[in-house]
Amino acid sequence: MKYIKSFNKIKLVLLFMVALLISACNTDETQEVTQLNNLVMQDEFDIDGTPDSSMWTYDIGDGTAQGLPAGWGNNELQYYTDRPENVTVENGLLVLTAREEAFESSNYTSARLTTQGLFEQQYGRFEARIRLPYGKGIWPAFWLLGNDCDQNPWPQCGEIDVMEYVGNRPTVVFGSAHGPGYNAGDALTKEYEIENDRFDTGFHVFGIEWGPNYINYYVDGDLYQTLTPQDAAEEAIGVEEGAPQNTGEWVFNRPFYIIINMAVGGSLPGAPNAETVFPQRMYVDYVRVYN
Amino acid sequence: MKTMKLIKLNNTFLLGLILILTYGCERDISDDAVPATFPTIGDIFTDTPIGLTEEFFNSFDPAAGANVNGFGTDNGEAFEGSISIRIDVPAPNDPDGGFIGGIFEDAGAGRNLTQYDALTFWAKGSTTGIVEAGFGTDFVEDKYAVSFPNVQLSTDWKKYIIPIPDPSKLLQEKGMFLFAAGTQSTNGFGFTFWIDELRFETLGTLGQEVPQIFSGASLVQEAFVGSTIQVSGTSYTVNLPTGINQTVNAAPSYFDFSSSNESVATVSESGEITVIGVGTTTITASVGANLAEGSLELTSNGPFPSAPIPTRDPANVVSLFSDAYTNVPVRHYNGFFQFATTQGGAGADPNNVDLQVPLPGGGLDNIINYTMLNFVSIGTYETVSLVDISAMSHLHVDINIREAIDGGDFIRLSLESGTGTGSTTSGDFILNSTALGNTDENGWLSLDIPISNFSGFSDLANLGQLFFVSDATISDIWVDNVYFYNE
Repeated sequence: MKYIKSFNKIKLVLLFMVALLISACNTDETQEVTQLNNLVMQDEFDIDGTPDSSMWTYDIGDGTAQGLPAGWGNNELQYYTDRPENVTVENGLLVLTAREEAFESSNYTSARLTTQGLFEQQYGRFEARIRLPYGKGIWPAFWLLGNDCDQNPWPQCGEIDVMEYVGNRPTVVFGSAHGPGYNAGDALTKEYEIENDRFDTGFHVFGIEWGPNYINYYVDGDLYQTLTPQDAAEEAIGVEEGAPQNTGEWVFNRPFYIIINMAVGGSLPGAPNAETVFPQRMYVDYVRVYN
Repeated sequence: MKTMKLIKLNNTFLLGLILILTYGCERDISDDAVPATFPTIGDIFTDTPIGLTEEFFNSFDPAAGANVNGFGTDNGEAFEGSISIRIDVPAPNDPDGGFIGGIFEDAGAGRNLTQYDALTFWAKGSTTGIVEAGFGTDFVEDKYAVSFPNVQLSTDWKKYIIPIPDPSKLLQEKGMFLFAAGTQSTNGFGFTFWIDELRFETLGTLGQEVPQIFSGASLVQEAFVGSTIQVSGTSYTVNLPTGINQTVNAAPSYFDFSSSNESVATVSESGEITVIGVGTTTITASVGANLAEGSLELTSNGPFPSAPIPTRDPANVVSLFSDAYTNVPVRHYNGFFQFATTQGGAGADPNNVDLQVPLPGGGLDNIINYTMLNFVSIGTYETVSLVDISAMSHLHVDINIREAIDGGDFIRLSLESGTGTGSTTSGDFILNSTALGNTDENGWLSLDIPISNFSGFSDLANLGQLFFVSDATISDIWVDNVYFYNE
């Protein structure tokens, strides 16, 4: 009995400590995720038809018109269009559709929407509620790009990937930041694996909260990554000689705009295979921005 | 205080009333409540069997070649804990049996598995062989059998997931696990594999379910009132958390079937289609909320137009295939010989060939349906005795040609004696397109051919084969009442 009693005491103390730890974590996370609650932009996609033209514009083609190598610099296989076959609003959802079809020079079509020139903001909370597609070679993303890429070519202008996903890993998304000395394969990035669920069978909220010296990444309210200038500087250490002086510079302190797209193929996911089902659809319930 | 007591009393009284009422209709309630009483334990084997029958492993029939020696547990190998299941797969020529397999059964009346979405286990092989695993087989009904025939072993521990097509059906399942392993994937070399942490689990990470019936094909078929057709090719595909599409064979009972015209055909819970009227209907199915790929469109023009029922005295008949007589044993109704394209007539059981329909006067009529015919034989040699028809004078056969007859079409019948003895004789009888068109109103060509017309076939005491040869000029025929008689 005595043994049990003392054991229980220890257990109690442990439990208390654990509870403290958990509540400490929770408080932090909650604070970080919900700090910014002043809604400044939202699209709930409640009106069927073409997306609201005051909020969204399109990147069309295979990237060559934008001065990139065909495949948007990533060897992607799709041709982006603004046709209703590839992008439309229906039943309260923005629907991006990737199709397998010969179109222009490509074998796939899809869509890429941006708020460039329509909505750009420095700092804030950017989030979208999305049901993702699935299958090898399908690569959807919800991301932000600095609005000065014309003057300061990527990666100097900065890229914040709120959510990226490859369709052959239906339980994993990842959040990244790209800048000078930390980009492409060396970007600041972290995976989030969902427990007992997947991203292609229901809607999930993907968001960041972005302030002067941090970007917090979350899924459904779970904070899973915080990036700071120190992370950028550390990632950039060891970059080969002759790198620009500003290697590791934190470049996320100017207005960024939003991009939502679904790529097919490309360096990251690889090409679709025989089991990839087309068409694939990415459903966006809402996009909301707070400051 | 007094009031409260009163209330308490009232409550007690009410409770008593409820109890009495409940007791009064206990039968109803207990019937409804039965499913909830079965245990929901998910574990099957961790370091020990969990809630399984005492024998633990119930082998497939040793008489059919199942080796019962290779099953056991291994104290030196485990994914978690200290003990795993060890299975030694025998070589095909092992005198104790050339393959291993069987089932694990729940020790009780079965388990309620409705909360789970998959059977999972960890496995490892001494080599990268392929084995089969599943659940839902209980050696009684096998009603909710699921099996995955392509468990590709790795030489390190790896987790395997076998999805449950519709867990809501598994209210009382006894078949906890099934495995089967031979050496087809290892060129006949025996190997060992281990299984650990075997359980039903709620993963939540399975998605993109695609059920299939008829292997996903959209079939069109003629049907007859009174006939039955079993839904086949039932499978279930899910996308695993690894992004891989996994297809398992799933028993028809997981599917909810539907007939677009229930006055033409109905479908039972187990997928047996019964044709009951004239018209067209389409059979489709779903598993849970997911519509199955594949369908069957049936057109029924009425009852099966059976061939005329033979009336000759059985004492004067030697029958190869007829429901009117006792048939002699045959080796085959289709030998599937090299260069033969002919389908249909599989097996040697005259009561289990291609078509089975009720006869108007009661009883069943079995009919062979040869399709893609170029040549085929009914064989009575090798595994059965050659047939003595020396006391017979004629061959009778009913043929119904299921297509238009063109000018050059023919069917050649051939009799061969002494098949397999090294000494054969044979003779032909040719039916040209005119002869083939000489049918009754149901399309049956009833032939009575003197055996002497098969010129060259001389050893009547040792009949080995009757051939149907069309060289593909005629491809689809029904065949019935193949017998010899004396007149």
